[in-house]
Amino acid sequence: MTSTTRTIQVETLTRVEGEGGLTVRLRDGLVEGVQLRIYEPPRLFEALLRGRPLEEAPDITARICGICPVAYQMSAVHALEAALGVTVSPEIRRLRRLLYCGEWIESHALHIHLLHAPDFFGCDSGIELARKFPDEVNRGLRLKKHGNQLLEVLGGRAIHPINVAVGGFYRAPSADALTRLIPDFEWGLEASQAVARWVASLPLPDFRQNYEFVALTHPDEYPFNEGRVGSSRGLDIPVTEYEQHFDERQVAHSTALHSVRLPEGVSYHVGPLARFALNRERLTSTARRVADEVDLPTRCQNPFQSIVVRAIELIHAYEEALEILRTYRPLRPARMAYSYRAGSGCAATEAPRGLLFHRYAIDDVGHITSAKIVPPTSQNQGQMEADLREYVPRVLHLDDTAAARSCETVLRNYDPCISCSTHFLKLTIER
Amino acid sequence: MAAKPRLAVFKFASCDGCQLSLLDAEDELLALADLVTFANFAEASSRLEPGPYDIALVEGSITTPHDVQRIQRVRDESRFLITIGACATAGGIQALRNYADHAEMLQAVYASPQYVSTLATSTPITQHVTVDFELRGCPINQYQLIEVLKSLLAGRRPRTSPESVCPECKRRGTVCVVVARSEPCLGPITQAGCGAICPAFARPCYGCYGPARQPNPASLSRQLLANGLPPARAVQLLRSFNCQATEFAAESARLVQLQTNRGFQP
Repeated sequence: MTSTTRTIQVETLTRVEGEGGLTVRLRDGLVEGVQLRIYEPPRLFEALLRGRPLEEAPDITARICGICPVAYQMSAVHALEAALGVTVSPEIRRLRRLLYCGEWIESHALHIHLLHAPDFFGCDSGIELARKFPDEVNRGLRLKKHGNQLLEVLGGRAIHPINVAVGGFYRAPSADALTRLIPDFEWGLEASQAVARWVASLPLPDFRQNYEFVALTHPDEYPFNEGRVGSSRGLDIPVTEYEQHFDERQVAHSTALHSVRLPEGVSYHVGPLARFALNRERLTSTARRVADEVDLPTRCQNPFQSIVVRAIELIHAYEEALEILRTYRPLRPARMAYSYRAGSGCAATEAPRGLLFHRYAIDDVGHITSAKIVPPTSQNQGQMEADLREYVPRVLHLDDTAAARSCETVLRNYDPCISCSTHFLKLTIER
Repeated sequence: MAAKPRLAVFKFASCDGCQLSLLDAEDELLALADLVTFANFAEASSRLEPGPYDIALVEGSITTPHDVQRIQRVRDESRFLITIGACATAGGIQALRNYADHAEMLQAVYASPQYVSTLATSTPITQHVTVDFELRGCPINQYQLIEVLKSLLAGRRPRTSPESVCPECKRRGTVCVVVARSEPCLGPITQAGCGAICPAFARPCYGCYGPARQPNPASLSRQLLANGLPPARAVQLLRSFNCQATEFAAESARLVQLQTNRGFQP
């Protein structure tokens, strides 16, 4: 009997951030190998941070990702503050949550409308989708713009904000500047609910996976900047113990650092589905109500539901931002004072795509001596491949082009951010 | 240019932020899609058409042997090649490797660096192919990008200011952070375009837009050192997001040379 082989290939992954490709090899109709080929060149951030003043960490690490620079800035400043023994004031903490709301709004609105939704309508792009659904896409662009406007007012600019400092902010915004945003955010709170209802009505492929969800958890808030690391299988640890439970490994025949859950060495899932699964009760009341209304299960096993969860988080970000905008009083001081001491510190915050861990060691004159950064997309890599191996059999009846296209939609559920994954290159997974 | 010019976007080593500026032009994006065809813009569209292209926007620096070849193909296929951002025009922050032991840096990040195919340097696009226009900034300013595209479509030179951050800062009414607070501000030698945001947020400019036209970095170094900035820090300020920009690279090298040769005397 002769065996038959077939290769399904995506040369260039599209509507994702960064550059990569995908190859699935089949033998006699069975999945033989899944290769997520990442040709994004490494930029060696962890090495180039060494010797730089710690004050530069938020500016430098922002450049890892143009879509989620605030996430890098937040994890960096919290980790460095832990090393310096600085606790920020409740007001600074609130303003940081507000900044994060801006990034979630910008990133989620972008992904929902321009990157993800086209999949459900057979469109190549958000621009093509806009011809069929002009109102929905224009609404999405307006929401995205609000996120960017908030980042500009509070951060100085939308991409690579300049106002995030170790200890707080370089300058607190005026109450006027923030108050002026309120009417747009009131509109956005309504509009984001309409987005959630729209995406909840999309026909989602019936595909289920059994995930271990990992996210920050917090007793009182939906997590942005702080919390414990929790999982849907019962893990509950302080962030300082993260590295004892999660490890970046080099897979055989691979140049990727690939995060796994210890001790089993298995893959896990970070991002909106994980945050929602572990923190649903801490969503704002409107976000929770709409999640109930659209019948979203707390533990979504269908990764295609991620578009709905992003919309729920969009509502949350608007409602939380509004609350902070309405009650803001100018900060004094905008930044906590600190003095240098040698030591190390770590922190995790929730980037739009999931948990982002940073650890730094510093010397007694305020220079960084070592850095470790674990981005969400590295953590999701194993899970993305596991999803593909399960998903491929159901697209085998399609021709290669259609099958490849369908596989790509599985990856897009994760909103993968390939530039973020600072240390993976030409990833080849052979199983 | 063709009735509906074909636009392509290519990414090399970068963060994606500069091409994101195009998607961040929320008010202009759909109108722009009527003026040009996004023939190859992977971040935005799954329709990837082969060249030739009328306009290529190139983001990122050259850091791998493969990309040395790829940029040649991009050049061959493109009528106008526009570099966008600090990585493409000046090597980006990843060009700090040019001043370090690259093998050791790789070792610091990867357990098995032998698998990683990368060059010891990060270089700007212009060191590899002819570039028709350079748009600076880390990240670029989306309004400048729209201006560049509209200029090309209209067949005129883009109107982007070559002046330094200082006039932009003055027009904004910000108190000078060098004069008032002796802060090490790169504004006098940095190209305008960001809106002079850093001084307006009470911090010195860190030069993310690269050198202004005909800057005088030696004069600025003299002032900053006289204000008490340690020489090593002056070098570091020039060696960040635009460290391979000619004028910044030359001045940082001059400062290093001065320190090495005769102890530092500004």
